[in-house]
Amino acid sequence: MRRWKNNDRVAGILLVEDDPSVRTGLELALARQGHSVTSYATGEEALDHIRSRRPEIAVLDVMLPGIDGVEVCRRIRRMDQLPVILLTARGDDLDVVVGLEAGADDYVVKPVEPRVLDARIRAVLRRAESVSSDRVTFGDLVIDKGALKVSLAGHEIHLTPTELRLLLELVRHPGQVLNRRYLLRVVWDHTHAADSRLVDACVQRIRAKIEPVPAEPVFIHTVRGFGYRFSPP
Amino acid sequence: MKRVYTGLRGRLVAAFTLIAVTASALVAGIGYELVKNRVIERAEEVAVADVRETLEGSRVPIGALWPGDGPPTDLEISALQMSLRAQSRSVVVLYEDYLYPDGEFGLGDVPADLRTRAADRMVTKRQEIRGAMWLVIGTPVWRVEPIHIAQPTGMSVFVFVPLSQEEQLLVGMRRPLAAATAIMLVVALTVALFSAQRVLLPVRRLGSAARALGAGHLDTRLPVRGQDELAELTATFNDTAAALERSVSELRALEAMSRRFVADVSHELRTPLTAMTAVTDMLSEEAGRLPREPATAVRLVLREIERLRTLVEQLIEASRFDSGTAVLNPETVSVADAIHDCLEIRGWSEQVEVAVPAGLAFSVDPPRFDVILANLVGNALRHGEPPVVVTARATAHGLEVKVRDHGGGIPPTDLPHVFNRFYKAGRRGDGSGLGLSIARSNAQLHGGTISVRPQRPGTLFTVWLPSTRPPAQAPA
Repeated sequence: MRRWKNNDRVAGILLVEDDPSVRTGLELALARQGHSVTSYATGEEALDHIRSRRPEIAVLDVMLPGIDGVEVCRRIRRMDQLPVILLTARGDDLDVVVGLEAGADDYVVKPVEPRVLDARIRAVLRRAESVSSDRVTFGDLVIDKGALKVSLAGHEIHLTPTELRLLLELVRHPGQVLNRRYLLRVVWDHTHAADSRLVDACVQRIRAKIEPVPAEPVFIHTVRGFGYRFSPP
Repeated sequence: MKRVYTGLRGRLVAAFTLIAVTASALVAGIGYELVKNRVIERAEEVAVADVRETLEGSRVPIGALWPGDGPPTDLEISALQMSLRAQSRSVVVLYEDYLYPDGEFGLGDVPADLRTRAADRMVTKRQEIRGAMWLVIGTPVWRVEPIHIAQPTGMSVFVFVPLSQEEQLLVGMRRPLAAATAIMLVVALTVALFSAQRVLLPVRRLGSAARALGAGHLDTRLPVRGQDELAELTATFNDTAAALERSVSELRALEAMSRRFVADVSHELRTPLTAMTAVTDMLSEEAGRLPREPATAVRLVLREIERLRTLVEQLIEASRFDSGTAVLNPETVSVADAIHDCLEIRGWSEQVEVAVPAGLAFSVDPPRFDVILANLVGNALRHGEPPVVVTARATAHGLEVKVRDHGGGIPPTDLPHVFNRFYKAGRRGDGSGLGLSIARSNAQLHGGTISVRPQRPGTLFTVWLPSTRPPAQAPA
């Protein structure tokens, strides 16, 4: 089950955190878990270096001087599908909601235990691992599992690894209602009392990309109080 | 509250109407009596004068006979009778042993006392005879001629004067008087109702204003109109409300400031805690390689960091409840799964007995439900004795979760305070004192409750959450 136990994987992590002590602490902790960390104190600096560094994942503090973590996430999303984890203040729901809408894959609450952060990073990265190179077709919708690409009526659409994993999970059970708890477990690796808004926000993002009219979805349907169902038109 | 209004209004209306109608009835009654007496007296005077005049003009030879007189003949007596009988009067004449009745009237119709009193003078009496009012005039007949000395004649005359005309007049008067009284009653009622309304309107306004004030609308004020006692009362109400509003807003400002302060401090503490927490794992591993004393010191620091972290998290959570920013994200979950997850993630699965019907699904905010359960079970494990038992069942209107331990229990004096913040029931050193308060706030956010009951042995905490929708099967 816990595949990440084999600690040989080294991930390039882009860490943005303004507080020097927190930055140092997280660098130490993540490096000890076997990651290679590049850290910046501001979002602007991080964005300047993101193209050259080619990190595999970004860990962004929300509260930053200058542009905040949510804005950094939004700008990253504009250029590529780099997975993003937000470091939020506990219970600041607005941060969480806005962050997820901006395209963050997951969030952790400060003060975060290094084990938890490491687990989340690995879970996000695992989604980026190619599943297989199968192609699945539903009418106009063609899903290329290997290339993390989806095309709708011939137009190419980019999904983040998390979005693709969620879409694939729904696609694997056509017509069946999957509850949020199940999706959190299989897509996010969250085992307990996780935040179902992760699923909701991710579904919204997928809809925005693949549904012709996101407000009237034809692929992913909401089943109120339970979860989501994929049923191609 | 409503009943006081109608009561007061009813009393006002009743008193007003009673006074008005009594006065009106009194005036009408006195007037009526005066008129009645006057009318009847007048009729009496006329009849008496008439009878006296007639008798005085009589030349019938009665009594002691004078020279030249013959005893009166029946005809003469009848003539006398006739002369008295004018205007539908009836006349009964009694002379010596002879009785001259008139129509239906006989001596039996003459009241006995009148007959006695009429022996030596003219007397009158009002008497009801066969359903009609009559004036009975009784008089002895005197003879004055020819020597101008009045002498009794031994003849008595009883004249029955009908009072039916007067009666009719009075009946005719009674009706308009009764009508006037009735109109008075209606007018009095209307005026009374109207004025009661006028008097009570400010009272009612004051009442609803006081209720609004009580309901927390401290800016409630009333317009002061007029100069009367109610206006004074209204002004007093306004002053009181203003004073209350001032002190409450001062208190609220102070409270908000102190809460804000707690929230700010907690947020500020989070940054250093994040830095420290980041390196706890590393320190914990390194402690194994340190000599005994520094290792103990490092472990102590790590333990305290953990405690501080819990405290700060709970303080932040408590301030979110205080500021009202806590929101509920309900979702239908399997209760058994939620409970097992909660226990498993904290490594409590082995220590806790769980009895939950499989397939029991309920709509909760999963992280908040987890917090409630974790607090109750954590308390039971820390302060109680095994077995710790968690049961859940669906009730008619919601979900009931019970957490029971079998320890020494909570002292009865502490029991009412266990949900208060920082109330540690005499224990020191472990727990933040916020856990149960936060658990209760979370239950209340669901619209539910948490209650505590002592058991023998141990303590039972019962969480009840209302169903926002009927319990349904959890989806596969």
